[in-house]
Amino acid sequence: MDKFHSLKGIAAPLPIVNIDTDMIIPKQFLKTIKRTGLGVSLFYEMRYDNDGNLIKDFVLNTSPFDQSKILVAGDNFGCGSSREHAPWSLKDFGIRCVISTSFADIFYNNCFQNGILPIVVSPENLDKLMTAAKNQIEFNIDLPEQIIKAGNHSINFEIEEFRKERLLQGLDDIGITLGYQDKINAYEEDKKNKKPWLFKDT
Amino acid sequence: MSNQGPKTLFDKIWSEHLVGQREDGTNLLYIDRHLVHEVTSPQAFEGLKLSNRPVHRPEATIAVADHNVPTINRQNIEDPQSKIQVETLAKNTKEHGIQYFDLMDQRQGIVHIIGPEQGITQPGMTIVCGDSHTSTHGAFGALAFGIGTSEVEHVLATQTIVQNPAKNMRISVNGELPFGVNSKDLILYIIGKIGTAGGTGHVIEYAGSSIMGLSMEGRMTICNMSIEAGARAGLISPDQTTFNYIKGRPYAPGTEHWDQAVEYWSSLPSDNDANYDHEIVIDSSEIDPMVTWGTSPEDVVSVKGTVPNPSSAKTENKKKSIERSLEYMGLKPGTKITDIKLDKIFIGSCTNGRIEDLRKVASIVKDKKIASHVQAMIVPGSGLVKKQAEEEGIDIILKDAGFEWREAGCSMCLGMNPDQLKPGERCASTSNRNFEGRQGRGGRTHLMSPELAAASAITGNISDIRDFT
Repeated sequence: MDKFHSLKGIAAPLPIVNIDTDMIIPKQFLKTIKRTGLGVSLFYEMRYDNDGNLIKDFVLNTSPFDQSKILVAGDNFGCGSSREHAPWSLKDFGIRCVISTSFADIFYNNCFQNGILPIVVSPENLDKLMTAAKNQIEFNIDLPEQIIKAGNHSINFEIEEFRKERLLQGLDDIGITLGYQDKINAYEEDKKNKKPWLFKDT
Repeated sequence: MSNQGPKTLFDKIWSEHLVGQREDGTNLLYIDRHLVHEVTSPQAFEGLKLSNRPVHRPEATIAVADHNVPTINRQNIEDPQSKIQVETLAKNTKEHGIQYFDLMDQRQGIVHIIGPEQGITQPGMTIVCGDSHTSTHGAFGALAFGIGTSEVEHVLATQTIVQNPAKNMRISVNGELPFGVNSKDLILYIIGKIGTAGGTGHVIEYAGSSIMGLSMEGRMTICNMSIEAGARAGLISPDQTTFNYIKGRPYAPGTEHWDQAVEYWSSLPSDNDANYDHEIVIDSSEIDPMVTWGTSPEDVVSVKGTVPNPSSAKTENKKKSIERSLEYMGLKPGTKITDIKLDKIFIGSCTNGRIEDLRKVASIVKDKKIASHVQAMIVPGSGLVKKQAEEEGIDIILKDAGFEWREAGCSMCLGMNPDQLKPGERCASTSNRNFEGRQGRGGRTHLMSPELAAASAITGNISDIRDFT
């Protein structure tokens, strides 16, 4: 998995609440069997008209935001389905950090599987950062120090330690868990005796 | 969470499935059953292949294609991408020795319909699937939640998931449900009350006499939409209704283990004095048949109500959000809900595609005709639901009324297959999401119960079942 350490750049403001995963990447793009190539379809219905032409005033279609690596969005970002295509499309577009007041659980989890940092801030701080983003002020995201700097603002954020480590080191989660194979096998042996009906095959 | 003291249903399942703690402080939770479908699994199988990792316990996994499949003309999937996805699932499951119900198998259907139907879903289990509506299985007192594709790969490789415990929320609904009010109205009402982020970070346990009085089908509808309230999982205590439903199903515990299983299942309900991080109590008499007017499942109103006015919103954000929804939905503030004219009716989905739902619809539309300006389709949740309905003559009643009778699948709930709304079309839908573009670009979705959708099909407007004779 790609590492995440720090990130510098302008941030795209998207002041909409409840941005759901259908908005991030609509269903017709879920038919792929690959993880890559979804960036052009990110926010498809907001970005393109019925004929497939770019909608000029949508933020990610305007310079310099079309190069954004950071997104500042309204509350409850990523609600809806479990599709990992949502973080895949953000990443393929180039976005590595999303800032909001809250994230839906599954989306939040999926971000960390893909080297994307979702940051939760207070409503007051989101307002400040939204304004800074609109004014094209450069953001500086420092994961080791857990600080967002943008103009005069310096905002600390929380992140669980294991998630931070995984991003910093780009760890392979499955590889780590396979190190506990013996424990998993022992658990299964124990349950086979105590709850045999759970081991009736599907 | 301590091992001592009273425990919730969630706490009990959690501690029973803890394999251990990793060095990074995270917990490894054992997964009893893994459900797999064609849309969120190909990249996971590809990942296994690239790392040369086997599936740890293929017999704990079951696969079915549901999202992408046509509901007419099953033999040939016309969309080449959909076809590749379905074929990829067949290939991957064969390669790893995973049980797969193919499109010609009568047991094929929506993954969250067939799990319970086959008896795969059982109390006290942990169940995951790369689909957010996995919360459905919580109706059996199983801890069941949706996961992303990377986690699907993790479960395939290790039969565990890396997880930290959720918070406990209990929503109790008490009292006899008023006439015309059913499980769908109940859950829409709850989502309206706590909001789409209200359950974030929590597992919601539903309790109270209104909930425990529901059939398994009704309980599944409730738990199914927990994710629309932000909770990854919903839970309902297993009881005799649960045991009766499971008994005798193909994958249920056999007679040799049945008593032992029931004894364990009976120990699962939350202890009386268990603690919850959050408690909500609702009196069912305050609930009306509910309908959504906007583009979020929290945008609900009584069918007797009107479209809200943005100017009455408490915050600027909410006002903007209402304005955006109304523009998308093509609705004016103050419009009576029952004055909203419909183009399409969709009955089906993992929320309301079970035999009980179909029976209700049939009882309402029997000897009537759908309005001449609407197109109505009914998509059974599984091949076996379809077969059962046909044995009961439900298909004839529905076809006589003007409904299209289709093959099983997710269909217009998310429109990945050809069943989609056209821009501007307005649909009464028994599904779970009314997001912008969900049922087709520019399509307008009103979520409601099968009873309301059936009555609305006949009148052509959104209708109150209580006025319908």
